[in-house]
Amino acid sequence: MTRLGVVSQLLEIGLALLLAPLLSGWINQCRAWLQNKSAPGFLQPYRLLHKLFNKESVVAEHASPLFRSAPYIVFGCMALACAIVPTLSTDLPLSPAADAIALVGLFALARVFISLAAMDIGTSFGTLGARREMLIGFLAEPALLMVLFSASLISKSTSLTTIVETLAHRDMAIYPSLAFAGVAFTMVSLAENARVPVDNPATHLELTMIHEALILEYSGRHLALLEWAASLKLFAYSCTGLALFFPWGVAEAEAPLALLVAMPMLVLKLAIGGALLAFLETLSAKMRIFRVPEFLATAFLLAVIGLLVNILVGA
Amino acid sequence: MSPLVGQTINLLAAILLMLSFAMISQRRILSLIHLFTAQGVTLVAATLLVGYATHQPHLYISAGITLALKVILIPLLLHRVIARLDVRWDVETLINIPTTMIIGIALVIFAFNLALPISKLSVSIARGTLGIALACVLLSFMMMITRSKAVPQVIGFLSMENGLFFAATSATYGMPMVVELGIALDVLVGILIFGVFMFHIREQFDSLDIRHLEKLKDD
Amino acid sequence: METLLFVLGIPLFGSLVLAFTGQRDIAREINVAFSLATFIATCVLTGEVISGGPIFAWHREFFIDPLNVFLVTLTAFVGLTTAIFSRPYMRIERDHGKMTPTRLRLYHSMYQLFSCTMLVALTTNNLGILWVAMEAATLTTVLLVSVYRTPASLEAAWKYFILCGVGIAQALFGTVLLYMAAEKVVGVDGGALLWTNLAAVKGRLDPGIITLAFAFLFIGYGTKVGLVPMHNWLPDAHAEGPTPVSAVLSGLLLNVAVYALLRCKVLTDGALESNLAGQLMMGFGLLSVVIAAFFLSRQKDVKRMFAYSSIEHMGLITFAFGMGGPIATYAGLLHMTVHSLIKSAIFFAVGHATQKAGTQIMSDIRGLIKVSPTVGWGMMLGSLAILGMPPFGVFASEFLILTTAMREQPWATPFLLLALGVAFAAVFSRVQPMVFGETTVKPLAHPPALLPVFIHLGLGLMLGLYIPPYLDAWYRQAARLMMGA
Repeated sequence: MTRLGVVSQLLEIGLALLLAPLLSGWINQCRAWLQNKSAPGFLQPYRLLHKLFNKESVVAEHASPLFRSAPYIVFGCMALACAIVPTLSTDLPLSPAADAIALVGLFALARVFISLAAMDIGTSFGTLGARREMLIGFLAEPALLMVLFSASLISKSTSLTTIVETLAHRDMAIYPSLAFAGVAFTMVSLAENARVPVDNPATHLELTMIHEALILEYSGRHLALLEWAASLKLFAYSCTGLALFFPWGVAEAEAPLALLVAMPMLVLKLAIGGALLAFLETLSAKMRIFRVPEFLATAFLLAVIGLLVNILVGA
Repeated sequence: MSPLVGQTINLLAAILLMLSFAMISQRRILSLIHLFTAQGVTLVAATLLVGYATHQPHLYISAGITLALKVILIPLLLHRVIARLDVRWDVETLINIPTTMIIGIALVIFAFNLALPISKLSVSIARGTLGIALACVLLSFMMMITRSKAVPQVIGFLSMENGLFFAATSATYGMPMVVELGIALDVLVGILIFGVFMFHIREQFDSLDIRHLEKLKDD
Repeated sequence: METLLFVLGIPLFGSLVLAFTGQRDIAREINVAFSLATFIATCVLTGEVISGGPIFAWHREFFIDPLNVFLVTLTAFVGLTTAIFSRPYMRIERDHGKMTPTRLRLYHSMYQLFSCTMLVALTTNNLGILWVAMEAATLTTVLLVSVYRTPASLEAAWKYFILCGVGIAQALFGTVLLYMAAEKVVGVDGGALLWTNLAAVKGRLDPGIITLAFAFLFIGYGTKVGLVPMHNWLPDAHAEGPTPVSAVLSGLLLNVAVYALLRCKVLTDGALESNLAGQLMMGFGLLSVVIAAFFLSRQKDVKRMFAYSSIEHMGLITFAFGMGGPIATYAGLLHMTVHSLIKSAIFFAVGHATQKAGTQIMSDIRGLIKVSPTVGWGMMLGSLAILGMPPFGVFASEFLILTTAMREQPWATPFLLLALGVAFAAVFSRVQPMVFGETTVKPLAHPPALLPVFIHLGLGLMLGLYIPPYLDAWYRQAARLMMGA
């Protein structure tokens, strides 16, 4: 563990915590522009967090300790996820602790706790949201795993830093399997982050909501943590996507200067990615919940084909 | 020739396969036609690239034929047919789409297994893609089986032709010119007959649903 | 070379001429005239091949050898007799209002074009062109089958189009693979799709590719042969199209498809150590014979019944060629010839019978012998001939096939005998009342054109009793060619 490694690790967590709400705000801003609406400004998520942290947290009478601890666990999971995805540098002290499979596990852990917490109160919306969340999760996770495997087949390792190192510092090469994986990953991210074709983060329409139904009973700092965790999740997903498909600009070990370049690169890539996400969301219409399994099955199959293509063409 | 060209061809092949899958999962006829056009464009790009990389001028000609036929003429005809017949509705598949996709995966694995040993023997730079071409053929085949409407069946037929064409490019550097011209002529005549047929079927059955065409059976 | 140009050019020109004049009364005679001219040209061509040996033409893209020349002649001959038969048949159809002038024009033009595509398929040396011609033959026959524009005929044509289109697409993939295998051996500019070039190097072709290629070619051309389980299009197309079309479909197109399969088999046998091609052909051939025989007994429509009989015979022919060996191959070729003659004769007779009865349902056709003795006898004799009664030619070829099967593939003989027995019972029990049953239908005024029926039956009879020496030599030579010598 080098000192530079510690620095870049801390920098990365700090950056993630700071930038995640900004990314959400930026996407909302772009979406508003595209839809010809006036946006609240991309600092709005910070204002929201500030407001929520200053409010009293009201908890239902029958809530168990699980309900209270869930926001902290979820937030912790997401922060850790952001820490192990190499965004700035591939020299991360925390990264050997968890590989690509563990990353999926982290997301799953957060999902289990938030779903349990939602059912804990016993309201019908919470249960409904939890059920839908699990439905999406059990289809999205294998797809995500397949995407990560496609990438790890190329680098022959499931360690995220190794994957990014291989992909970023190879000779210019085009991998057809990554094209499949990229499409599949986009579809999974949309579903996992409650974006438009699957869920609409901007509404509280009880028939369709998934994410909002889960956190309906939370208020005050609990809600703030969950909202923050949601932005962190989106940030982690975006960074994973960038790391797998557009890894250029990530600093290697022993390169302090590259770290300085890596930061503006990351911000730039995230800005472009966020704008694209907003574009995608504007183009598509929300699908019926019964079509979601089909959507995710498609993602899964695409990822599997990616793997197969890799085996065929690479052989 | 840089490895980049070969990789780009592989990428185009992968896109072709992705488009085939998209066609299987697509319900709307209009989107099917768009996907078919996109497949044609990919095919043209792949053919041009192989022609460029291997200095085979006749591949430019066959790319030109594909462009004229499958990117411009046939989509145009299909658009006219669906506009005249007013059949832009959603098509229901006989088997639900996730099941079709899973069968599709099985077909892809089958095709890859079949092609893996023989593609090594090919001399073409696009040889790795023979399995993809075969997979496209089989997927279009399945699309024809699972659709009950006339227009999607025709599109499946044409996309199968695309797969075959790509197979010819990936296994060898395309077929001899005279054969390629013959195939193009057959496809063109075939699509014209299809077009005429659709109007007749519509006239006789008031629908383009192939399920009406099940009277002739051995009881 | 000039003769070949005439052989291919006359029907093509005829199709053009008839595209403009096909609706007139004289068109039926023009059709016969062009078919006659084609036949004469093929006779001249045959003479040249007999005296001068194999012919190559146009950069070796076309060639005539002992195997295809007899099929060329047969095709032109049945094309001619069918044209003669269709002359009065189409007049009556027009009088009944089933054929409008536009449809007549389409029919006549497509008839000639169809002959042209089959002749191209038979004479080409290039396996790619063979595919193109087969596909073109499919397209022209689709138009011919759908010519009545009734719901049933449209359905049949659509099924035919889709099934054969898909099937033949597999054959294209097989052709691509074959090309790939050949290109490695003879080089890019070596004419790697020319059959003669391939046959010269067949021992050096990669067995792995050839195995796969033959599998695809077999599915593709097998669909056109009508082998079970790819046979679904065949009964519909035969039953719903005009009867002359059924006659040429059964008598000619199926033969051409078998021919394509044979060409591929020769290459495959040369490239592989194993007898894969033969085993595939035997298996599917036998399956077709058995399945078709049992379906035969369940038919109500007379044309459908004889269509299943065609599947059965095609299965038998495929089985014979699958066994290989000089006798079985000889028998297969003989069976191709007699089946093509007798089956088209039957369809001619059936055509008249259904026109008189106004229906194709067998239980509604009765007492043909009283309505028109010639039609009745034609149908009866034709049915007996196709069922393999001596002294007709089918008996001779079936006898040869069966005895060879007993010696070389004893496991198959019980199935073959069972199938032939079932087919006999099924066809005979249906034809007998149709011919001799009681009827209320009055004899019709117009005389049937039964000359073709009896010419065909006569030739079939002759081949059962006596095979002319030059024909015999011909078959032997073709069989040797197919043995890879």
